Amino acid sequence: MRGRLRALVPYVMAAPGVAWLVLFFLVPILTLAQTSLSRGTFFTGFHFAWDWRNYLDALTTFDQQFIRSFEYAGMATLIALAVGYPLAYAIAFRGGRYKTLLLALVVLPFFTTYLIRTLAWMTILADEGPVVKALKVLHLLPADGRLLATTIAVVGGLTYNFLPFMVLPIYVALEKIEPELVDAARDLYASSFRAFRRVVLPLSMPGVFAGSLLTFIPAAGDFINAQLLGTSRQTMIGNVIQSQFLVLLDYPTAAALSFLLMAAILLAVFVYARLLGTEQLTG
Amino acid sequence: MSAELAVEERAVPRPAWPAPRPRRWRPGDVLLWGYAALGLVYLFLPIGVMVLFSFNRPRGRFNFVWQEFSLDAWAHPLAVPALADAMVLSLKVAAIATTAATVFGTLIALALIRYRFRGGGAVNVLLLLPLTTPEVVMGSSLLTLFLTWGIPTGFLTIVIAHIMFSISYVVLTVKARLRGFDWTLEEAAMDLGANEWRTFRKVTLPLIYPGILAAGLLSFALSLDDFIITLFNAGPEVTFPLYVWGSARVAVPPQINVIGTTILVLTVVLIGLSLVVQRRRYR
Repeated sequence: MRGRLRALVPYVMAAPGVAWLVLFFLVPILTLAQTSLSRGTFFTGFHFAWDWRNYLDALTTFDQQFIRSFEYAGMATLIALAVGYPLAYAIAFRGGRYKTLLLALVVLPFFTTYLIRTLAWMTILADEGPVVKALKVLHLLPADGRLLATTIAVVGGLTYNFLPFMVLPIYVALEKIEPELVDAARDLYASSFRAFRRVVLPLSMPGVFAGSLLTFIPAAGDFINAQLLGTSRQTMIGNVIQSQFLVLLDYPTAAALSFLLMAAILLAVFVYARLLGTEQLTG
Repeated sequence: MSAELAVEERAVPRPAWPAPRPRRWRPGDVLLWGYAALGLVYLFLPIGVMVLFSFNRPRGRFNFVWQEFSLDAWAHPLAVPALADAMVLSLKVAAIATTAATVFGTLIALALIRYRFRGGGAVNVLLLLPLTTPEVVMGSSLLTLFLTWGIPTGFLTIVIAHIMFSISYVVLTVKARLRGFDWTLEEAAMDLGANEWRTFRKVTLPLIYPGILAAGLLSFALSLDDFIITLFNAGPEVTFPLYVWGSARVAVPPQINVIGTTILVLTVVLIGLSLVVQRRRYR
């Protein structure tokens, strides 16, 4: 009897948290699925009808925003990788005793509210701001050129806001690599670059994989950067979902859009995992 | 970090083989650090702007162009009543959500690591799902759920949502701490006659406390910063990020920068303190 009771202990411990996640994460997703197949308006009420037209409408009406979201998120992920990998590498292999401090410096800016950071970018890129003026003096920007309200601003904002999600996993992966492995490669007459390419890079791939996903997924669904740093020409799918839900109150279409976004992200993750070539990456 | 410290402590006598060649600064290193430094500048530029503009006296309603130095906003941080209310609401939500999520999450982490139980794998998947779902999808699905159930959105629904998205982060953080935990310590305590509850309170809890503290801090920061999910489920309530969002269209008072800077400074102090406490515990 006592043995049987003991076996229940982990279930009792996990129960409250798991119940919360089931009730307020899983069940809502199912409700969303139901809504996405419903018919009706906010004022007459929605009823379930296996109405797949919501999906068709969502895809044909907002295909541009979908494609744009994935383009922007893809660009932001690539730039974050280009900025984040060397940064993580420098901290992990050359950080010495300043490792923890440097890592704290990378994370620190992200303890300022996301929206304030984005407001700060509005200030930096403003038309009367020093950056735009300097670029105009250097003739890198035409006299009537802007930075704010352009694709550059939106992608730059996305990159900035998700950069630590790229740096941290890569750092963790690099940190696990024993420096002796690199020394061994060097002793066997590999050049620095070759040692990096054949030893360090492959071993850091799980970090690159995790970092890219953690950057890409929130970036693809984001609407803050497009709203504050862009114009209607930079509208992303997140903006559409947000306005369909909160302004137009067209829940079925909005729910269908949310599901399409999730499906597209899952597909992208799958393709990406395949491209990188191994299934063990996630482990 | 624990591994490094442990090595330091034991003070292993140096082996007799020749010391490794001293590293000299190579051009590659200079390039790497230059690049990493640029990355850090990119990370801190908006933060610098935020702090700088908290000392601005804006002309008009928007704090985007530098006018003149002023301490007004710092002298009257609560001069904008709506902003002060929003901050109070955010702190309330964060306090409640953090407490609940930390308890739920720690219990799940303990159940997963301490006991191997059927269904543990499924729980792990359930925990990963919220991390790979875009926030728009989580926010909108919760809103549809509340609408379907006829629950009016407001304070309660914000708290529900914040607990939901914090649980996974808490579990991950506490699990990381539990990985290296020496469970024989528990057995030792029980051999010495302590019952299970006493063992947990006197042995297990003090040892995993830094992990729980870190998880709590993380979930507090996440709650304080959350915008997207909150936007969908706030109803008439306005949290600090929601206030900032609204202000970007109407008026941006420098008090926003004052509060942003204050949060940042407090975070630095808290992280510093927790690092000091953790180091003490190791010694």
